[in-house]
Amino acid sequence: MSQLNPTRRIDLGGVAFRVLVAILYLFLLAPLLIVVVISFSSNQYISFPPQGFTWHWYEILPTKSLFTSGLQTSLITSSVTTLIVLAVGVPASLALQRFEFPGRSALSAFFLSPLLVPTIVLALGLVLVLGPIGLTNTYAGIVIGHVSITLPYVIRTTLMSLETSDTSSEEAARVLGADGARVFWTVTLPIILPGIIAGAVMAFIVSFDELVIALFVAQSGKPTLPVQLMNYVATSADAAVASLSVVLIIFSALIVVVLERLVGLRRALR
Amino acid sequence: MTTTVISTLEIDPDGNRGHLERARSRHNRLVAWGLVIPALAALIVSYAYPLVWMIRMSFNIGLGDGLYVETYSLDSYLKSLSDSYYWEVIGNTLFLGVLVAVLCVAVSYPIALFLARTNSKWKSLLVALAIAPLLTSAVVRTFGWIVILGTQGLVNSTLKGWGLIDTPLPLANSFTGVAIGLVEIFMPYAILGMMSGFGRLNTQLEEAASSLGANRAAVFFRITLPLSLPGLLTALLLVFVLTISTFVTPQLLGGGRVHVMATEIYDQTTGLLNWPFAASLSVILLILFGSVVALYQRAARRLGA
Repeated sequence: MSQLNPTRRIDLGGVAFRVLVAILYLFLLAPLLIVVVISFSSNQYISFPPQGFTWHWYEILPTKSLFTSGLQTSLITSSVTTLIVLAVGVPASLALQRFEFPGRSALSAFFLSPLLVPTIVLALGLVLVLGPIGLTNTYAGIVIGHVSITLPYVIRTTLMSLETSDTSSEEAARVLGADGARVFWTVTLPIILPGIIAGAVMAFIVSFDELVIALFVAQSGKPTLPVQLMNYVATSADAAVASLSVVLIIFSALIVVVLERLVGLRRALR
Repeated sequence: MTTTVISTLEIDPDGNRGHLERARSRHNRLVAWGLVIPALAALIVSYAYPLVWMIRMSFNIGLGDGLYVETYSLDSYLKSLSDSYYWEVIGNTLFLGVLVAVLCVAVSYPIALFLARTNSKWKSLLVALAIAPLLTSAVVRTFGWIVILGTQGLVNSTLKGWGLIDTPLPLANSFTGVAIGLVEIFMPYAILGMMSGFGRLNTQLEEAASSLGANRAAVFFRITLPLSLPGLLTALLLVFVLTISTFVTPQLLGGGRVHVMATEIYDQTTGLLNWPFAASLSVILLILFGSVVALYQRAARRLGA
């Protein structure tokens, strides 16, 4: 806009705006940056300024049984959750996008609705239902709790790929005599695979990061990594949690790259 | 386009097309329901039933320690709405929601505007940087804020080093700290929300205004800001609902001193085991949340986003 202003010499307003944006970026990234700094600090307890550099907090990570057992629980429950939501979510998306039947729009609203409910409310409901049947503090309890909040991501990304994919090859396959299942496995699935993978990655990371449901459902029996992390932050003052956080940040960054490659980050998160 | 036509080569020997069409659409409906039912069942078990059961629980009378009388009574609601402590909790929650929403949108707006405008070759990297924190756990980010705001944290030790303060400021374990942390934690949502609302904000109007002699301030207040209001509004509502239902940050950064509805639900559920009471607080939260979400969806639809 300023190119049209003939009296412009140095665009002071523009520079000020950029400085403001840079400061706000710093604010946004501050907690992550600070965690990186503190993870290399040789101070025995978390404090400023750091007295020296050390790899100590990374070296002791594998010896922290709280973290390794939490990681194991998280990996098991997130993987099982992802497989389940893929198995039920992809067929459901196919039905919602490729078939015409009564109740279709109500169903798709229902499938996306778990994201509109506060997880703490859902967590309480889950405890009340899972408790009496003995499923609290079990892997199964965590998986059941995570299915509803991850399913919308799989359905959304799969629907998105189905909407944007060209149906003419499917029609061609059908004309040539392939039945519905064959068309799906040989034509539709390869086309929408990037969307399905993106949905699976999102489902995995949402389940892996989820804290509140896991806390309510399995705090004492099968604490996941986020639950262990929270307990550790609340009770300890050393930097082991910082190095673990950095590992998790790098893990997230890798996932960001994968998502960006597959579908574009903005579309995956919406 | 639906692809319900099975095959155009199929020939109906009786010439009875109507009958065949009906059979086909019945068959298709069965297939569709067959595909949908597993997902439907999964959601009923893991989501619909727990919610309904939680609402039912709110009408029982809680005795604590996991015991309750099964009945239909408003006892729990009356208890939470007649005790001034719980009014304070609800008030705290709403105040935190408004405060965080306003501040968060204010600090996110320049970034969103910048990202919507820039032609920089770094644009996609900058967008990714702005929303990537969404993919790191809220526990990690809250921990970062504890390190920054704590008694021996970055802010306090810096100020002390400069001789500006003698005793550390009570930034962590306080309402202020929770608000600061939440503003940062919800920024990516606000940025994303506003950016999708800025699509129709085109620079031609601004260029026209400045070529007609409007100064920067006039262009901003009379053109840019009014055109971005819908995006601002949806971002405000979004951050508000996220804040009133958030648990991790008030719990960790509040240090037991910040009581909002989410922390109260947790204490009632895991500490006091008063399930009907926890359920009634949840229903109140759900109603607050639901009404703002409905507002949000109406606003978003008007926006056409």
